Amino acid sequence: MKGKILLVIKREYLARVKKRSFLLATIITPLIFPTILGIFLWIALSDVSTESRKFIEVVDENNAYFLESNESLAFSYGGLDLDEARELVKEGDRYGLLYIPELSLDEPAGITFYSEETAPISMVANLEAALKSKIEEFRLFASGIDPDVLSSLKTNVNIRSVIVGEAGGERISNSVVNYAVGFLAGILIYTFIFVYGNQIMQGVIEEKSSRIIEILVSSLKPFQLMMGKIIGIGAVGLTQFLIWILLISAVSSLVVGYFGMKMPQQELMEMSGQQELFATGSQEGIVEVLQMVQGIDFIQLTITFLIYFIGGYLLYGAFFAAIGAAVDSPSDAQQFMFPVTIPLLIAYMGLFIFVLDDPNSNVSFWLSIIPFTSPVAMMGRVSFGVPWHHLAISIGLLVTGFLFTTWLAGKIYRIGILVHGSKVGYKVLWKWMKDNG
Amino acid sequence: MEILSVKSLNKSYGTHLALRDFDLSVQQGIVFGLLGPNGAGKTTFIRIVNQIIEQDSGEIFIKGQPLRMRHVRNIGYLPEERGLYKTMKVKDQLLYFARLKGLSRQDSISKISNWLEKLNLSQWKDNKIQDLSKGMAQKVQFIATVVHQPDLLILDEPFSGFDPVNAEIIKNEILELKRQGTTIILSTHRMESVELLCDQIAMINQARKILDGPVKVIKNEAKTNRFRVKMIPRAIGNLPDVWDVVDHEGLAEFIVRLNGQQPNVLLTNLMSYGEILGFEEIVPSIEEIFIQKINETHEG
Repeated sequence: MKGKILLVIKREYLARVKKRSFLLATIITPLIFPTILGIFLWIALSDVSTESRKFIEVVDENNAYFLESNESLAFSYGGLDLDEARELVKEGDRYGLLYIPELSLDEPAGITFYSEETAPISMVANLEAALKSKIEEFRLFASGIDPDVLSSLKTNVNIRSVIVGEAGGERISNSVVNYAVGFLAGILIYTFIFVYGNQIMQGVIEEKSSRIIEILVSSLKPFQLMMGKIIGIGAVGLTQFLIWILLISAVSSLVVGYFGMKMPQQELMEMSGQQELFATGSQEGIVEVLQMVQGIDFIQLTITFLIYFIGGYLLYGAFFAAIGAAVDSPSDAQQFMFPVTIPLLIAYMGLFIFVLDDPNSNVSFWLSIIPFTSPVAMMGRVSFGVPWHHLAISIGLLVTGFLFTTWLAGKIYRIGILVHGSKVGYKVLWKWMKDNG
Repeated sequence: MEILSVKSLNKSYGTHLALRDFDLSVQQGIVFGLLGPNGAGKTTFIRIVNQIIEQDSGEIFIKGQPLRMRHVRNIGYLPEERGLYKTMKVKDQLLYFARLKGLSRQDSISKISNWLEKLNLSQWKDNKIQDLSKGMAQKVQFIATVVHQPDLLILDEPFSGFDPVNAEIIKNEILELKRQGTTIILSTHRMESVELLCDQIAMINQARKILDGPVKVIKNEAKTNRFRVKMIPRAIGNLPDVWDVVDHEGLAEFIVRLNGQQPNVLLTNLMSYGEILGFEEIVPSIEEIFIQKINETHEG
């Protein structure tokens, strides 16, 4: 009897993998990511090398705010009045005009930037920051503190977050890296369940509407057919996923490698220096980021990911199969999608609002324990470190959960596949679930 | 030998009764007709035998053994609602169905190529079903039903949906399979279509079997000993015991009952009244017998 499930798995798998659309989706999708990455790198690199400095005329009524030019902005203090300076901007001699009226240090107001085109937000922010620090400097001076003394007191503090491992080992953790890992894993599982769950539903509807179903179930049990389809389509998903991982890592490293070679070492250093979140701008910082990435337990992460990936898929896959069996066409399926979509959406929203924000809160705990939300929610916690007994309870419940949903879906499926042309509602489904015949 | 034996089968869907105390015995090697109007319970019965649905009570035996999942190997089933995977190749599809029935890969492949050759489909074996004409797809459907050489072939409304040419081909294949020893159960509401094909029939109406037996016996029992006579009478008014008389420019047609005599005696008797042009026994069709039977049960 197991042989028959295998036959179904094989057919479902080959029927999809052999399709041209599968080949296209499998090859093109992973290329999208490196392509976007490549385009960004290209733009970033060409920006650095070709962008000319922007000249800005400053009209300062206080004669006190001298801003330092850098490689993207150059400030000129020509001592012009506002109207003369405006002319310069109109004629295109200057990119913009920064007007600083007489300022009171307590309430600085009325600073204006004039330009021919809308000034980039980042540039305005840079100007604001520069003026802000100038004003603060003046204020400190006014209250009798020497800015030089203050700067000598300033220091850079970066907190290294270290998790004390159970085996006594310590690993460096960083909430940003963990956030990214949890975010990616959660989203992947959510998307996978939806995309492949839908394929299960379409497949069941196809067999039902083309009337193959009765021939099939005269050869094997409906439950075998349902499980064969769910597993076969899941295997298609895993295959696609594996190919994607291989392709993405291969092509991404090619792209990064190519641009990495082109990028002058110095700029590379500067770029990493700008990413204050990750590093302090020194050699030490890069090492630390690498340590953080290495600090993630990839084996544990991969294993838990696969468990929740497969468990979540099986749990919801059964529902999708039951829905397909209950309806005659995909458009009829909408009415039953609600109970499937809602828990998945809760898991998805919960991942962002609660789990990634505070992986150890009560809500996060429950979201990662309840089988309907745990596949998405638990992945948000795993990279932050989860007590093993939480994992055990969660996985245990997930397995129980999918055994239950498959059993329930099997009851609906068995009857639904033979019902044609009659309007099926929740009441009817309930009757099917209770029916033992 | 009895290939299928059914004892007091009951099945209901909610409050709707689908089969009530249904008994049936089918001998090996015959064509058995399961007749009755739509909704009588035929498909329910067939689905139970195919283990697609379960009976509420009652027993089913295949060659004397209680029906089990392994018996799907012995049964070939062509449902009334049938179809194929449109985007699957003919040979892959047939291989799938044969393997699901429990045939080995090797065995399936050789049987499939035999059947494809027999029905002139060999050159289409690598085509998808959607590229085939409807008639060809119907032949593939039939092969899918018989490829595993079942002992018992169950065909639900087999000729509906088939064009006349294909229906004839399928009919001949059915008779050929019968010669080879396969037992065939035909289920249909179009009774006239199977009258000549079936050795035995069972009539079902409203969840109950109302009549069964060999076609010859049933027809014999239904005889009313009436004859239709066509003659040029000399003096029609003197004819005894005739009715439905149609007199048309000297040519008379009427019905006469055999009153315990032999038909030849009646004929000789009739000859003295005029010139006989036609003398034919009136035998009711299966459909007429069915309607008569329903009326009897309703009155009784």
